[in-house]
Amino acid sequence: MTDAGERGTGVTLREPAPTTEHGLPPAMRVVGLHAYFGSNHAVRDVSLDFPTHEVTAIIGPSGCGKSTLLRCLNRMHEAIPIARVEGKVFFHDADIYAGGVDPIALRRHVGMVFQRPTPFPTMSIRDNVAAGLRIMPGKKPSRAAVDEIVERALREAALWDEVKDRLKASATMISGGQQQRLCIARALATAPHVLLLDEPTASLDPISTQKVEELVYELRKTMTVIIVTHNMQQAARVSDRTVFMLAGEMIETAPTRVMFTTPSDERTEAYITGRFG
Amino acid sequence: MVTLTCVAAALAVVPLVVILAYLMKQGAGSLSLDFFTRMPRPVGEPGGGMSNAIVGTLILIGIASAVGLPVGIGAGLYLAEHRGTRLANGVRFLADVLNGLPSIVMGIFAWQFLVRPFGHFSALAGGAAIGAMMIPLVTRTTEEMVLTVPQSLREAALALGYPRWRTSLQIVLRTALGGIVTGVLVAVARVAGETAPLLFTVLGNEFWSTSLTQPIAALPLQIFTYANSPYEEWHSLAWAGALVLILMVLIISLIARVVTRARHAGGHD
Repeated sequence: MTDAGERGTGVTLREPAPTTEHGLPPAMRVVGLHAYFGSNHAVRDVSLDFPTHEVTAIIGPSGCGKSTLLRCLNRMHEAIPIARVEGKVFFHDADIYAGGVDPIALRRHVGMVFQRPTPFPTMSIRDNVAAGLRIMPGKKPSRAAVDEIVERALREAALWDEVKDRLKASATMISGGQQQRLCIARALATAPHVLLLDEPTASLDPISTQKVEELVYELRKTMTVIIVTHNMQQAARVSDRTVFMLAGEMIETAPTRVMFTTPSDERTEAYITGRFG
Repeated sequence: MVTLTCVAAALAVVPLVVILAYLMKQGAGSLSLDFFTRMPRPVGEPGGGMSNAIVGTLILIGIASAVGLPVGIGAGLYLAEHRGTRLANGVRFLADVLNGLPSIVMGIFAWQFLVRPFGHFSALAGGAAIGAMMIPLVTRTTEEMVLTVPQSLREAALALGYPRWRTSLQIVLRTALGGIVTGVLVAVARVAGETAPLLFTVLGNEFWSTSLTQPIAALPLQIFTYANSPYEEWHSLAWAGALVLILMVLIISLIARVVTRARHAGGHD
């Protein structure tokens, strides 16, 4: 399954991408993964690599298991009582489903942003961004240190200029697009290695969507990004690699340009050209 | 049909209006600063107030809250976060039964286990008795309010690396706090006027006492005693006491409404 990826690595990316020649091992690696909701077999025997410092987009029709696959990467799938996972997921060579792995510690390194903005309504904008810092193990960072991290995270999320004068305002007082970027800033504040985005622009207007996409494009300089999207143009715009899923199975994975110009599987081609889904 | 329901709606508030009007007429005359600051006087001496009973009622509400709030809020959180488990279903059913328990039964029970073993009546026993009555009210309100917190908020906290207990306390409970405060105030208003459990537990006190281990005065008890007495001036003091009690409950309910409104105003963007 990784053949297609190796074939195209380093050749097909559009921009002069400083991150492609790094030769680092994949940030995350999925091997023989199955995920279930009760008796519903949502992800079927998926194996693939997520290269470090690249943006990987997971596309496919509704209900194909792409969000479930994403939620297996930070062990959020198991937060649902009837959910179950089989197989292995490696994060920097360590199997996150091995015994003794603390999902809480894992989630501090593998951040996640959801489809709808989820700011904590009782907290200010500043405290929302700092929320993840307060639960980090070890010594509490000083106020000044927190302020610095908050500013950095908000700048990275392209939100600083819009909220810098009202950091103490409630997080519910800003627009939906700003709230979503706030959630991204909140995920960035703890400096995760991997950022999982589950249809992050599904509930946003076009201008906010564009801002988030630009942000995703920038983020791969510092981290590995995996984005689930039902929007193929979005996948084409922001990602280095694309994974196509159908009915719980991974059909194809390839560098994005290859996938969108010469897909090797006819089902991928049918989906991309809009014949179904 | 509309006329009928409209009449029913109007009739529903008639008791409160009548009671308030009558209390105003009977009690307002005896209501003065002295009523709030002075101790009861012996029969025959004019004047005097119920300062000890007002303070006693406040102390009892304090004890009741100390008993009822942690248990009620904790139980409500459990019911909401572990919905569908056998324990949650059982506790929810029993809380509803406890809610319907006649208060005099609670009083007898408290007497048996909190008064008799110690050999004397006490404020603690009475506070515990009405605190136990608060538990089911607070439990059910907390459960309902916690259930209104969207699941996505819990997931956001978990995905950020919050352990489950911190998610429950710092995100879910805090988000639901406005509604829980309202429920707590309603529960306080409900038990503040309870008389039957206090008859068996705190007994009442003619003198100034704030000792938790001794009998203590309470407004409902003072009203009961004074209204049963043959003395005219005690009767009017009982009316004034009833007016103060109902005003306390009314003020608490008003605070609950303001808190609720503030929460809704702050919740929208």
